[in-house]
Formats: sequence, structure tokens, C-alpha cells
Amino acid sequence: MTDASLTFRDLTLGYNSHPAVHHLNGAVKTGSLTAVVGANGSGKSTLMKGIVGVLKPMAGICLNAKGARIAYLPQQSELDRSFPARVVDLVSLGLWPRRGLLGRFTRDDREQVSKALMAVGLGGFEKRPIDTLSGGQLQRALFARVLLQDAEIILLDEPFNAVDAKTVGDLIDLIKRWHGEKRTVMVVIHDLDLVRRHFPETLLLARQPVAWGETIEALKPENLLRARRFDEAWHDDAPWCEPAGDDHDHSHGHDHGHDHSHRDSGPRAA
Amino acid sequence: MYDFLIAPFVEFGFMQRALMGSLMLSIGACPVGVFLMLRRMSLTGDAMAHAILPGAAAGFLLYGLQIVPMTIGGLIAGAIVALGAGAVSRFTVQKEDASMAAFYLISLAAGVLIVSLRGSSVDLMHVLFGTVLALNNDALTLIAMITGTTLLTLAIFWRALVAECLDPLFLRSVSRFGTPVHFIFLGLVVLNLVGGFQALGTLLSVGLMMLPAAAARFWTTRVEPMCALAILIGFASCVAGLLLSYHAALPSGPAIILSAGVVYLCSIVFGTRGVFNTRTRHHRHRTA
Repeated sequence: MTDASLTFRDLTLGYNSHPAVHHLNGAVKTGSLTAVVGANGSGKSTLMKGIVGVLKPMAGICLNAKGARIAYLPQQSELDRSFPARVVDLVSLGLWPRRGLLGRFTRDDREQVSKALMAVGLGGFEKRPIDTLSGGQLQRALFARVLLQDAEIILLDEPFNAVDAKTVGDLIDLIKRWHGEKRTVMVVIHDLDLVRRHFPETLLLARQPVAWGETIEALKPENLLRARRFDEAWHDDAPWCEPAGDDHDHSHGHDHGHDHSHRDSGPRAA
Repeated sequence: MYDFLIAPFVEFGFMQRALMGSLMLSIGACPVGVFLMLRRMSLTGDAMAHAILPGAAAGFLLYGLQIVPMTIGGLIAGAIVALGAGAVSRFTVQKEDASMAAFYLISLAAGVLIVSLRGSSVDLMHVLFGTVLALNNDALTLIAMITGTTLLTLAIFWRALVAECLDPLFLRSVSRFGTPVHFIFLGLVVLNLVGGFQALGTLLSVGLMMLPAAAARFWTTRVEPMCALAILIGFASCVAGLLLSYHAALPSGPAIILSAGVVYLCSIVFGTRGVFNTRTRHHRHRTA
């Protein structure tokens, strides 16, 4: 497991005791490019939040490789667009991991900011107030910030929302560049054509992992069908899930019907 | 001209002290007000002003009209309300506006109760509306310390504060400063309100915090100039208010705040981002 940059051990993430990601086991290899695919409510964004650490696990753990920095582009940014800031101020936030609270921005830093803006096609936008950007331009500015963060692990949550076709192409190129630089990249994405064309690996989620591996294998029709059939709703009368002794459940890899009956004889059964 | 503008400050010690005190207050309170406004917490200042009342009143009832006990009391009450409301909004589903309203109302009710224990008092009017013309050395020292602390804290936490306003989720993903910086900022709000109450009273010190900030918003699109401009507007309001109060024999606190109000109203109309410029002047446009 030396080449794993992220390791999930029995990771369960959720809200109000209802799991959104249920008993996820496995590892994300260093330098891999993984698409995270699944229906609405299948736990994709929740998994991202769990990896970044803004959501604490209900059970299990998520381990990062030692000292690995994470850059995270959320689906619903809490960005305040009415804040009086320029594009360069927003993108410079990406220098935080390097400069922290008090470190001065050097000339080199400023050059890197313009380079990052150039890389997402926003050269010359430095002085623009952020409330004058279009949705797609803002998204590209946020990409530039991710670029600047220079992180080993990059998490992008539906980064192509509100982005035109040409820009999607540019951003995919950027993602491939990160992949080429041996960074670990995970992208939540809905467009399966894009996934098949550009992403070597895929994690298909339906609260539990339905399939995880090579994209062609993971996106087989039977897997997609199984992912589509999952029950999105939460049930207040759902039985309590046992915390321990369910490793075998995942080693089979096909038992995702979430059948609790076989555990009723366990010591802590409800 | 000299007689009108300068002479009052040269001839009278109390005017010099009033000017010193109010200018120092502006330096600290105006940038804090800018961030309050940008965080959409403009009314929080008002709520906090009510919240520090019971502490100040308790200090006043126990020790009389002395600045140290009243300040300490105000700080304690303000800290309790700020921490309580901040904690509820950070760690539960309730948003800051609701939790702040709840906590300050509780605090205000407690304050009224404390005041009623001793019956009413004319001196208590000082707590509410201040006496900028009677600032003593203790009060000036206190204001200077508060201003220094505020500037130092803002300088240290500037980047975190901007990041927390601009993109709080991002800040949480790269550092642990998010929650602490919010509480530090609330602490600055309390500190500056408490600093202002000897001079302007608990209610009017919010005015010196918010009105210059709100006015500055109409002139610039960046934070740093906005803070600088807010301080300048604060200065101008203090000078104008004190002169008005001197020449027309008006109470000084309201005169200062009303001066700031005039600047605000003018800024709405004439600011570079004000009504006049954005609504009427743009008949021409560029090709790109």
C-alpha cells in the first residue's frame, strides 16, 4: 500500500445518522486519475467532503499519504461573489498552503498567479472584480486557484457545471496535465462519455461502491443498471448498521443489497 | 474661518480630548465596521451594542460611573453573547442572525432587570448616550489600547479574515483558521463597541462603526481602500460633529453620528458606485 495516496477503511459518511457513503474500503493510487460517478444522492460530494475533512466520518477512517496536500473545488462553493475582491485576490488564496497567514507574496508568487490565470484562459483578468465574471469564467478562476495550490491530491466536484464545450476541453487538458505530473486526481462527473474518453479509472457509487476500477470494466451496463436501482431515500425505520464484523460484506464485492438479516445473530444486533 | 474650525480645539482642553478620543475610535472601529458590513452582519453591531448593556449597567450600579468596571462588565457581557451566538451558528443548523437575536434579547432583558434593581438614574444616560466632552485620561488610555489591539489583530489576521469572508469553505479546506478567526473578529467588534461607549454611548458607538463603512462601500471595489476611506469618513464625521456640537450647543454623540449619516446619504447619491453614476450617467458604452 506504499503507493496509495488515499486509503479508505470502512469509511461511512453521512448526515443525521443516515449514511451517504456506506462502508467504503479501498485505496486511491498515487498519480491515478479517477472519475467518481453515480446518481444524485449517491454520495459523491459527501465522499469529497470526507476526504478534505470538512465532514467528519461517522465510522471508519480516511487516510491521506503523509504530508500530502489536498486541493478541493467544491460543487457548491460558499464563495461570496459580492465581496469586493478582484480575480487576482481570489486566485491568490491558492497561495495559502505555501504562504499561510503571514508569509509575504513574492514577485515569483505574483508571476505564478498570472501564469495560472493564463493556463485557464483568463490572462489579463487580474484586475476584474469577481462580481463581473460569468459563471464559467468564475469556475475557471477557481481552477486557476487549484492550479496554484500545487497539491498532491486534487478533488474536483462537478467542475464542468456551467462551462462551455471549448472550456471543458481546456479544463480536461489541465486535468490531464496534473495526471501527467503524477498528482492524484478525483473528479465527480456526470458525463459518462467524457469519463470513458478521458478517465482511466472510475468509482461508481450508489451509497456503497458498485464498482471501482478500470473505467471500461466499472461502467459495464450491468454495473450502471445496479447503480441506477439504488434507493435514494432515507428511511427512519431502517435498521441500525453494525459497526464491526462486516469486512466480508465487501470482499464479495457483489452483495450491495444491504441485507442486514444475516447479521442478526451478531452480538450487537438491534 | 480659524475661529470657526480651529479655535475650539486649540482653546479648550475638553475639545482636544474629545477630538483625540473620537479620532482614535475611528481608526479601530471603522475597519471593523467594513468587515461587519461585508459579512452581512451590519445589524450584528447593533445587537452587540444592546448586548454589552447589562455588563456596563452592572459595573455602573456596583461601582458608580467609573470606566474600568463598566468596561470590564461590558466586555464580559459582550463576550458571552458573541461566543454564545457564534457557537450556536457554527455548530448547529441555526444561522447567525437568529442566534444573535436570541442572545442579545436575553442580554438586553437582563440589563433592563439589573437597571431596575436600583431604580432609574440620570447618570445611566451616560452609559446609553455617552459623554464625549468629558473623556478623562483613563478613558483616553483605554481607547488608545483598544485601537492598538484592533489594528494589530487586523494586521495579523487580515488574510484569514478576507479569506473567511470571501470563501469560507476554501479556508476550511486549507487551514484551521476559519472558526477561530470568526470569534477573534467578534471579539474585536465587542472591544470597539466597549471602547466607544464612554465617548459615544453603547448605542451611538455602533454608528461610528457602521455608517462610515456603509458610505465607503459606494466609492470603491476593494477592501483595503474601503477600510482607509471608512477611517477618513470617520475622521471627518468626528471633526464635523464636534464643531457642530460646540457651535450649536448640541449633544456631541448624536452630532458625530449624524455627520456620518450625512456623508452616507451623500455617498448613496454621488459615490462612484452610487445612484447618480450607475443609473443616469451610463448612456454610452464601449464595444467590448
